[in-house]
Amino acid sequence: MGTVLNIAPVSRIEGHAKIAIHLNDAGNVEDAFLHIQSLRGFEKFIEGRPAEEVPRIVNRICGICPWMHHLASNKAVDGCFGVTPTPTGHKLREMCQVMAHINDKILHFFFLAAPDFVLGPDADYAVRNVIGVVKAAPELATKVVKMRQLGQMMLDKFAGKAIHPIAGVVGGFAKPMVEAERQELLEGSRTLLDFACYALDFAKTNVFAKYMDTIGSLGVIKTGFLGTVDRADGSFRIYDGRQRLMKADGSYVDFEGADYAEYLGEHVEPWAYSKMPYAKSWGEGFNLDYENPKGIYRANTLARINVCDQMSTPKAQAALEEFRAAFGRPAQATLLYHYARLIELVYACERTIELLEWEGITDPNVRARVEPRAGRGVGIVEAPRGTLIHDYTTDDNGCIKSANLIVGTTHNIAPMNMSVKQAATSLIKGGVYNQGLLNQVEMAVRAYDP
Amino acid sequence: MGVPTALEWLGSCAGCEIAILNIGEALVPIITEALDIVHAPVLMDHKYFGQCGEGVTMEIPEATVGIVTGGVGNHEHVEVLEEMRKKCKVLIALGTCATHGGIPALMNGQDRKTSWEGIYQTLTTDPGATVPTVEVPAPLDRIYACDEKVKIDMQLPGCPPNPALIAEVIVSLLEGRPPVLPGKSVCDTCPTKREGKGAVTTVKRFITNAEFTPGEPISEMRCLLEQGYMCMGPVTAAGCAKLGAPSCISARVPCRGCFGPVRKDGNQLLDMMNALASNGIDFNSVVDRRSILRFSGAHGMLRPVKKRIEEEES
Ligand code: SF4
Ligand code: SF4
Ligand code: SF4
Repeated sequence: MGTVLNIAPVSRIEGHAKIAIHLNDAGNVEDAFLHIQSLRGFEKFIEGRPAEEVPRIVNRICGICPWMHHLASNKAVDGCFGVTPTPTGHKLREMCQVMAHINDKILHFFFLAAPDFVLGPDADYAVRNVIGVVKAAPELATKVVKMRQLGQMMLDKFAGKAIHPIAGVVGGFAKPMVEAERQELLEGSRTLLDFACYALDFAKTNVFAKYMDTIGSLGVIKTGFLGTVDRADGSFRIYDGRQRLMKADGSYVDFEGADYAEYLGEHVEPWAYSKMPYAKSWGEGFNLDYENPKGIYRANTLARINVCDQMSTPKAQAALEEFRAAFGRPAQATLLYHYARLIELVYACERTIELLEWEGITDPNVRARVEPRAGRGVGIVEAPRGTLIHDYTTDDNGCIKSANLIVGTTHNIAPMNMSVKQAATSLIKGGVYNQGLLNQVEMAVRAYDP
Repeated sequence: MGVPTALEWLGSCAGCEIAILNIGEALVPIITEALDIVHAPVLMDHKYFGQCGEGVTMEIPEATVGIVTGGVGNHEHVEVLEEMRKKCKVLIALGTCATHGGIPALMNGQDRKTSWEGIYQTLTTDPGATVPTVEVPAPLDRIYACDEKVKIDMQLPGCPPNPALIAEVIVSLLEGRPPVLPGKSVCDTCPTKREGKGAVTTVKRFITNAEFTPGEPISEMRCLLEQGYMCMGPVTAAGCAKLGAPSCISARVPCRGCFGPVRKDGNQLLDMMNALASNGIDFNSVVDRRSILRFSGAHGMLRPVKKRIEEEES
């Protein structure tokens, strides 16, 4: 019998997981798993709730990306009740969503991932964290804390609650924006855009250039990708668009969200509560073998950056061009998720400004007329962690009859398992391991930001 | 060296952890000087089974202050919570999940087993899938608040809790004084205009926006309950107000009770029935009354409905 190393909890991620590495008698990796530890049952306990209440219930699926659930849910309820939000209602929702993306990316890159790069993957575990970063690079840290707080407070002030939002409503938005709010948000967004450009430059020189070897090897697997693109020109989109499912060779199909069940299936393994979505439409089944995966695609930042034809904002487009010139399309290296995340950060800031500069943004007509009724709606947005799908059916009273959710993080459960096994197998040989190496296995998970 | 502090999350959504970060710049001296964080899965890499994962029993370091978020839903949560209790001198339950069950305790209103089976039989799930059981923590019969399982020294609800109050709890502990917390209801912190009982006899669903003039202060808007919306301000503990009004009200949206009952062991459903009755509003006009307990379904408040009763109610 060999040994099992239980890396628990996987830390500096946003959910509950553990890694189990099974070593054989020779001390080599026999198998490795990422076990997903929690199941709460949102699909079921929203049954019977009035559909318009659900966007302020399902946001509790994730306190890091509550806006994503809130808005996907609102879009699904729009569908159930057969209502099209007013143009301003849509744009206010989108603005909140892109602002939430800004905060999320700052949080993930600097608070959770950066310690591995700023202090080094082998640094002592007691200092390899955001507190260590604060002590090692106080100037950078203060700036990061300020920027994250600015973004969070802008949302809090305009929309009442940044965490577990309530301002998105079926038919649109709960309150219009007034000119004074627009001015204040614009000023904040410009500051955030400056910071985003600084962050990307910082990471290019201090992280990506320095860790090129690690990037080229750690947790690298070859998969397809899923994201959302503009219906008209294939540009990067996060609030609305068509879904694009790309194979590892770069070929792709686009589909409308309502048809998601024809393209995606969810596989269940007995050792993880989380289901594992896969590309059912490829007709090759599901297999986690990292050298020969079947049906496996990835979502989240790198996926979106890979599937889009271009970014619709200038600074992000320039960054994308540079990225593609260096890594190709689709780029496969797992640690490039971090690079893609910062390109998205730049986009999100530019897009916020674009939305605030749109002349209709202060229009008071923010909510369309709504009548509860029986229907079905599929609401999709791009959450930081991947394509988020809420699919509801309502009864005559407009209460939820059934729901199906595919949560962003879950798209990457299968690929994360592959990356973990790839990383463990290549790092641990002949029974030799230490906390630095094991942390590198965790880094392969952290890149996905689960 | 700061005060040794351990953080743990049970069935948490991480929103409570984000609320801690939202203390903002004031957090920097707290976590780098005042506190010495010895364990916190979300922020640092201390492991239960040793840094190389070779141990067999879970271990969390000794700490003076312990903060737990999330409710208790499975056997691992129980194990972690008990270990926290054992190792921490003062144990704080942070967030409504930890204090009252929170949204995940909505599951307490259903038969958990049947519901879980249903989750693995949805439209997109591969046929034949069953509830996972290998190397994943087994569920408890229902969702519990932390104080149903271990002694809790201090409770700070909110979904999420108010960052200013989290800071106050930490700082007051360090200074050895009781924290200054708002003790009354959300309504007590709400500046909306109350004109007294009106013509409203039923509550409406939130499918139309409230009446107000954009840009005018909240104090110029009429109370949402008086406007005919079900607003749970009267039966919800104060604490969410940040910029001069309760958070939801400041976005012109009615309260849904996320800070839990006004008194720790209050019943938001009974309290709301009374509040509506005393305003002359027919309680039967509330669609889905059980969801009034959506944030406080632990402590046996929310239970599966018997078939017979369900037929009566619907
Ligand atoms: S109380 Fe709210 S914010 Fe805290 S863990 Fe529970 S759902 Fe998340
Ligand atoms: S019922 Fe709602 S709107 Fe009215 S005072 Fe209370 S919290 Fe404010
Ligand atoms: S108004 Fe009510 S629901 Fe909204 S944050 Fe405050 S306590 Fe929670």
